Amino acid sequence: MIVKGRSIVKGIVSGKVLITKDPISFLGGVDPSTGEVIDPDNEAKGQNVAGKILVFPRGKGSTVGSYVMLQLKKNNVAPLGIINVEAETIVAVGAIISEIPFVDNLEQDPFKLLKNDQLITVNGNDGTIEY
Amino acid sequence: MMLTEIEEKMLVGEEGPAVQKAMEILVALGKIYNAKKMIPVTSVQVAGVSYKTMGDAGLEFIEDFASKKAKVKVPTYINPAGMDKLRWKEVGVPEWFARKQIRLMNAYESMGMKPTYSCTPYHIGIRPKVGEHIAWSESNAVSFANSVLGARTNREGGPSAFSAALVGKTPCYGLHLDENRISNVLIKVNADVSTRFKYGVLGALVGKMVKGKIPAFVGVTNANDITMKYLGAAMAASGSVPLYYVKSATPEWKLSDDHEVIEIDDQMINDKIKEMNTGDAPEIITMGCPHASLEEIQEVAGMIKSKKINKEVWVFTARQIFDEAKEKGYVKIIEENGGKVLADTCMVVSPLYEMGYRCVGVNSGKAAKYLPSFNKQKIKYNSMNQLFEGDGD
Repeated sequence: MIVKGRSIVKGIVSGKVLITKDPISFLGGVDPSTGEVIDPDNEAKGQNVAGKILVFPRGKGSTVGSYVMLQLKKNNVAPLGIINVEAETIVAVGAIISEIPFVDNLEQDPFKLLKNDQLITVNGNDGTIEY
Repeated sequence: MMLTEIEEKMLVGEEGPAVQKAMEILVALGKIYNAKKMIPVTSVQVAGVSYKTMGDAGLEFIEDFASKKAKVKVPTYINPAGMDKLRWKEVGVPEWFARKQIRLMNAYESMGMKPTYSCTPYHIGIRPKVGEHIAWSESNAVSFANSVLGARTNREGGPSAFSAALVGKTPCYGLHLDENRISNVLIKVNADVSTRFKYGVLGALVGKMVKGKIPAFVGVTNANDITMKYLGAAMAASGSVPLYYVKSATPEWKLSDDHEVIEIDDQMINDKIKEMNTGDAPEIITMGCPHASLEEIQEVAGMIKSKKINKEVWVFTARQIFDEAKEKGYVKIIEENGGKVLADTCMVVSPLYEMGYRCVGVNSGKAAKYLPSFNKQKIKYNSMNQLFEGDGD
């Protein structure tokens, strides 16, 4: 099934979902060398973003978070794709410079639609997801 | 967002990979904030320059761009770095930090950005005119440009300002548009606010109350470049306020007919002063947050000479003002009396805590807000004159 949204960063990737209802601050919230979520206030604490389709409401925190996403990419532990409820500057810039396909504003609630480890495709060219 | 033919070409990489990436960032932001088009900017002020805040992630990003031979299209001014580029050794900045900081500074400069290393471009002649579109980052510089100069800028993040510099444009949304520059909260000041110190306190107080809204002030006296610098800086730090108006002082005054009214009295000001003072006996007095003007350095020189206080005094300013202050002999007076005048950097991003200072005397509402959270320091917050009198010791 295809769900429409809005394209923020182009590219098509398929992978397993890692979903969290908590906003993510990449600076201080994700270990740039391992990809592990280390923010104690995030329900995904202890999980790893590497190679996952990371689904979360939005980014938060310092704008340095954009650069942390680039570090994740360079360390081969970045998320494969990103789905947000509503994109904001930090994650959008981070995804662009790290070339991570990114879609937001899905027509349906991603927290009802998706669950952990579900295999999905993020199509940043069309701004859609498929599962 | 509608793009022109030239902008489309940048987006598909006809001007190389650096401009393409910058354009992708700006287009994404335009999309997120519903901009209809891009607009040219006349200048950019770029933040993200201290290695202390940027770390290796930021350093690598900036060096990546520099290695792609990126060049700025409009005059671009750099925010303070984590140290004085010439005197870092003397003040005890560790060598490993200095090496990375210099790499970062060199990368910025290699792209044609001007080594102002200042958060007060307006003190060194960079003063865009009323209605001019610019893309500035540092929060007090943004506030001053929008409010005191009447120019138009959103509060850019490091990467978005950086991108605007390489493209020469910014997406047209937010404070670039007339309809988003209207105040709906009138601040009636029924208190004695005429000094820089009180302006800073007022800023800290109102910033927290209005949180991101545009306040319009009546009832303050002696509004000028320097008093409004302290007002805007404190409001930006305490409440992310990017624009404000002061009746009869700022070039614009746009107050909605339908506005709320907040009254400020002396009691509120005095309570705020008490709240912000977390320490009693400062080991060091710092001045220049935001960066000191030449006039302020002259005053410190006068005070340090006459008061002979027995503690460190550090003044932070732009390199250009440092050179002027040196020329006029102020730097010599300050340094002969135990003080230091540092350029390129500021107290918030410099290693004061690591150097053992636990309680800092400041005359700035912005410093009083940031030093405790960034540097875990206690604060003695008062006017420069009172700090030199040893008030509170």
